[in-house]
Amino acid sequence: MKLISAIIKPFKLDDVREALGDIGVSGITVTEVKGFGRQKGHTELYRGAEYVVDFLPKIKLEIAVDDQLVDKVIEAITNAARTGKIGDGKIFVFNLEQVVRIRTGETGSEAL
Amino acid sequence: MKPSTQRTLVRVLAGALALTPLIAGAQEAPVPTINAGDTAWMLTATALVLFMTIPGLALFYGGLVRAKNVLSILMQCFAITALVTVLWTIYGYSLAFGNGGALNSWIGGLDNLFLKGIGLTSIYGTQTIPESVFMTFQMTFAIITPALMVGAFAERMKFSALMWFMGLWLTLVYVPVAHWVWGGGFLGTLGVLDFAGGTVVHINAGIAGLVAAIVIGKRKGFPTTAMPPHNLGYTVIGASMLWVGWFGFNAGSELAADGVAGMAMAVTQIATATAALSWMFAEWWAHGKPSVLGIASGAVAGLVAITPASGTAGPMGAIAIGLAAGVLCFLASTKLKRKFGYDDALDVFGVHAVGGIVGAMLTGVFASAVLGGKGLAEGLTIVDQVIKQGIGVGTTLVYTAIASLIILKLVDWTIGLRVTEEQETEGLDLALHDERGYIL
Repeated sequence: MKLISAIIKPFKLDDVREALGDIGVSGITVTEVKGFGRQKGHTELYRGAEYVVDFLPKIKLEIAVDDQLVDKVIEAITNAARTGKIGDGKIFVFNLEQVVRIRTGETGSEAL
Repeated sequence: MKPSTQRTLVRVLAGALALTPLIAGAQEAPVPTINAGDTAWMLTATALVLFMTIPGLALFYGGLVRAKNVLSILMQCFAITALVTVLWTIYGYSLAFGNGGALNSWIGGLDNLFLKGIGLTSIYGTQTIPESVFMTFQMTFAIITPALMVGAFAERMKFSALMWFMGLWLTLVYVPVAHWVWGGGFLGTLGVLDFAGGTVVHINAGIAGLVAAIVIGKRKGFPTTAMPPHNLGYTVIGASMLWVGWFGFNAGSELAADGVAGMAMAVTQIATATAALSWMFAEWWAHGKPSVLGIASGAVAGLVAITPASGTAGPMGAIAIGLAAGVLCFLASTKLKRKFGYDDALDVFGVHAVGGIVGAMLTGVFASAVLGGKGLAEGLTIVDQVIKQGIGVGTTLVYTAIASLIILKLVDWTIGLRVTEEQETEGLDLALHDERGYIL
């Protein structure tokens, strides 16, 4: 099992959710986050006072899947979230040791 | 003020009934009577001006501060409204508009303390509205003037200090200046034109705000820390309410529902729109993008600048005044403040004092009939009138700056003006009021 964590542009969330639904992903966790990468921040100007905003708002997705689905998930997110412009985000893949469904006590792949 | 048509008719009829020649009848001093149309408009105008302060100005300023201080602004505007109402009732109106006898050039009298003598039938001077309406209309001006200052020292003044400062300032600055210009004092007698309060309200609040911002000192972290407005939506709503309410302010200052009031409304709209555009284009040119805060600030600058001119300027004068106010207030709020490094947090000086001075001086120019205005007093040239305007502006700047400085120092030495550093960091909402603006 793997835990896939993806940082994407906020406006791409609906497209990514749809693409993941199409390949059979049954659940995702979404968090609003802030950060910077190569895109850096932006500047804001109020009555001549300029502020540099270092951290831009992004969406973080977390998806736990069986090993055989990993490549499909990466492909789906990459295709759905890509604009081709700087700041499209990143995907991180982690090994996932255990999963437990709290309601039934099922573990491992059964619980996904 | 011109007598209303109805009053003229009454006078003519009275003359005819007395079997005296019509001309002789017209020369008798008219007995002031209450006119229903004028009264209806002034009741409305009074409500509009109150609406400018709460919630208009409160929202305009509330949106510009950081989220941790939004309630402190709303509280200050609300408390000033209540405090000034009571003080105006007890002695403010009497000292501003009562008869000062031998001292009338400088200050009004004490005959109307606690609004004594103002009943259901009383009329002020030769007006055509009940004195109760005139008193309340003037009260709303006395409310908004100190409230305008709140923006200058926003995010750092103790609430107790604010209450003392505002009470003393109303008494020692607003009341005498209002008397000088409108209550029969020396500036009005001199012939300074200030139809709706460019000098009494805006220059007065603007210069006092600047002095207050300097005496209390910069906000912690200014200008290196980012202090962006927390909710420009509030600010735009507030600016829009100010714009609408200002028709009561300017067209109401005619104290009658007549042609001058109508033209005051028209020139107010024209100057405001022009200034909104001129600030927006100036910023677009200087910084590359037109901003929401810029267009809203420009509208307020235009409203301020047309205020003294609204009873005398014509439509073309309004466009010129709006153009000048938008550009000059933009420069004052963005460049001047940065150059001198004072922390007039919400640009009370840059918008109200600068806009007020631009308006007051140009009032002298565009009152001229040659330039589409109502016409100057007989025998006066534009230069004569501009000099008079300059005397009004200069007197107010000097007197208000000195008097405000003394009051501020007095409050600072006794109870202290400023919150502690810890309270400032925490935010005034929690530190002074035990409340938060947003519980999300």
